[in-house]
Amino acid sequence: MSATTPATVLPAVSPRRRRADRIARGLVLAFTVVAIVPLVLILYFLVREGLGAWSADFFTTDPTGRFLGDPGGIRSAILGTIEMVALASLIAVPMGVGVALYLVEYGKRSGFANVVRYFVDVMTGVPSVVFGLFVYIVLVVTKVAGTFAAWKGSVALALLMLPVVTRSAEVVLNLVPNALREAALALGAPRWKVVTRIVLPTALPGLVTGSLLAVARAAGETAPLLFTAAFVLGANADLSQRMNSLPLQIFNDVGQAQDRLVQRAWGAALTLVLLVLALTLVARLIQRRSKLAP
Amino acid sequence: MTPDPPPATSVDPPRDADMPDREHDRASQDAPVGASAREIAAGVEPRPAPERATARAIRLRDVNAYYGDAHAIRAVSLDYAPNQVTAMIGPSGCGKSTLVRCINRMHEEIPGARADGEILLDDLDINGADVDVVAVRRAIGMVFQKPNPFPTMSIFDNVAAGLRLSGMRGVDLRERVERSLIGAGLWDEVKDRLGRPGIGLSGGQQQRLCIARTIAVEPDVILMDEPCSALDPIATLKIEDLIQELKERYTIVIVTHNMQQAARMADTTAFMLMGELVEHAPTEKIFGRPGDSRTEEYVTGKFG
Repeated sequence: MSATTPATVLPAVSPRRRRADRIARGLVLAFTVVAIVPLVLILYFLVREGLGAWSADFFTTDPTGRFLGDPGGIRSAILGTIEMVALASLIAVPMGVGVALYLVEYGKRSGFANVVRYFVDVMTGVPSVVFGLFVYIVLVVTKVAGTFAAWKGSVALALLMLPVVTRSAEVVLNLVPNALREAALALGAPRWKVVTRIVLPTALPGLVTGSLLAVARAAGETAPLLFTAAFVLGANADLSQRMNSLPLQIFNDVGQAQDRLVQRAWGAALTLVLLVLALTLVARLIQRRSKLAP
Repeated sequence: MTPDPPPATSVDPPRDADMPDREHDRASQDAPVGASAREIAAGVEPRPAPERATARAIRLRDVNAYYGDAHAIRAVSLDYAPNQVTAMIGPSGCGKSTLVRCINRMHEEIPGARADGEILLDDLDINGADVDVVAVRRAIGMVFQKPNPFPTMSIFDNVAAGLRLSGMRGVDLRERVERSLIGAGLWDEVKDRLGRPGIGLSGGQQQRLCIARTIAVEPDVILMDEPCSALDPIATLKIEDLIQELKERYTIVIVTHNMQQAARMADTTAFMLMGELVEHAPTEKIFGRPGDSRTEEYVTGKFG
């Protein structure tokens, strides 16, 4: 049948269209390359400058604060970041998932739920320094249990994480097929059991991933800690005291005149980036185990 | 993996035995079975013994259902006889699924949806002010169009889910799960892998798993909303055979788009059109000499 069909019935692609296609492809490729260059350069400089600062002492000693002689390592900064971010996660993750559960399972399209959604969106865009300032005014200036304290830094970080956790959790919970909720309801399950036994376990990998990405974001924030947890040299486990953190360590060191301190800032920056990278990697791995469609 | 012959201990009726079945391919026949399993299997063969002599009746009186302002069901009155299979037929959008969802009060789960009228389970109005919706759904189970086993649960947990979710106490879970799987004709295929995920089964097996999950809570009535529309013909036949067995213990309402299916398995058939009940009569009458010209046009394929 096809043998009798003339091969010339379809017109060839015009040279003009061919040229336009090539130019468009070239342009988007060029944009991609330009966008990647700074990313690669950041990693390159981090490793080149930061790796030199690394040593066993770098991770096991606190900053000494001495103007001359050994400046010490960043132990207190690493511990402080982990402690404050952990407390912030304890506050923000359950709360954020709770808000998302309300929006998806109960509030749905109601007016109040839509207002909450709108505020969550606005909160996502609020600059982190504003959260720091807010906590400074509300908890530090008013001298609630002392002035600067690690837990106040955690509160600021939690405020920053809350909209991120809520948004990602809402997306994941919406991915849980309605058929599963209906199946459970039709079996005679009360709504709270549908949520705790069916919806949450099904959404769990996605919830963990979203929360870890929020944690990674909080770990790198300087501004919320600047005037809440303040800066201190030594390590401590007391969240009611001032506490050091990686971003603040970098912030302080990089403005110093001595090369050794600037190098310590690079080392701390490399540590921070690897910490965040590890969190992101774990988040991706968990995401892969999810049974929900993307 | 080669297809195994149909299981020797199958609870399926004999006519099923010579039917090729590719769903058995992973079920091993010679694996050890617990003694209790043998006893239970032996006790219910060739088919599950009825616990009650009769199931309960459902009577609808002037049932109306709405989605927002849209009037989806218009004053439907209909009796579902106990231990009978009633098929609901009609073109898409005629309200047959909506009507069935009113019977276990799943309709009200849809935002903006509401229903009125009387729905009686024997003499109890299920929409009554002091009636617990959870109790209604325990008494009136539902199987959905698409097989929907819980993805995070094993085969065993899926069947046990209804008992656990509805907080039933004092039930021997293992025994009930086995009995339900036997009742759903799935036991021989899954008895060696009860701990495996329910979503690892084929579509037809998943639907029978959902049926097992539904009968595990021992309802009085089972509603089926196009339970075979996502299945191939062989899996469909298996479910149809199963429904014939189930009607010994349950009152069954089945929504179907497949008129042959309604003709094959239903005792009575109800034809709906644009939210109204046109005719409800014995199946032979609906398909042989319907009392309404619209029914005749529909079942002879003139529209819909």
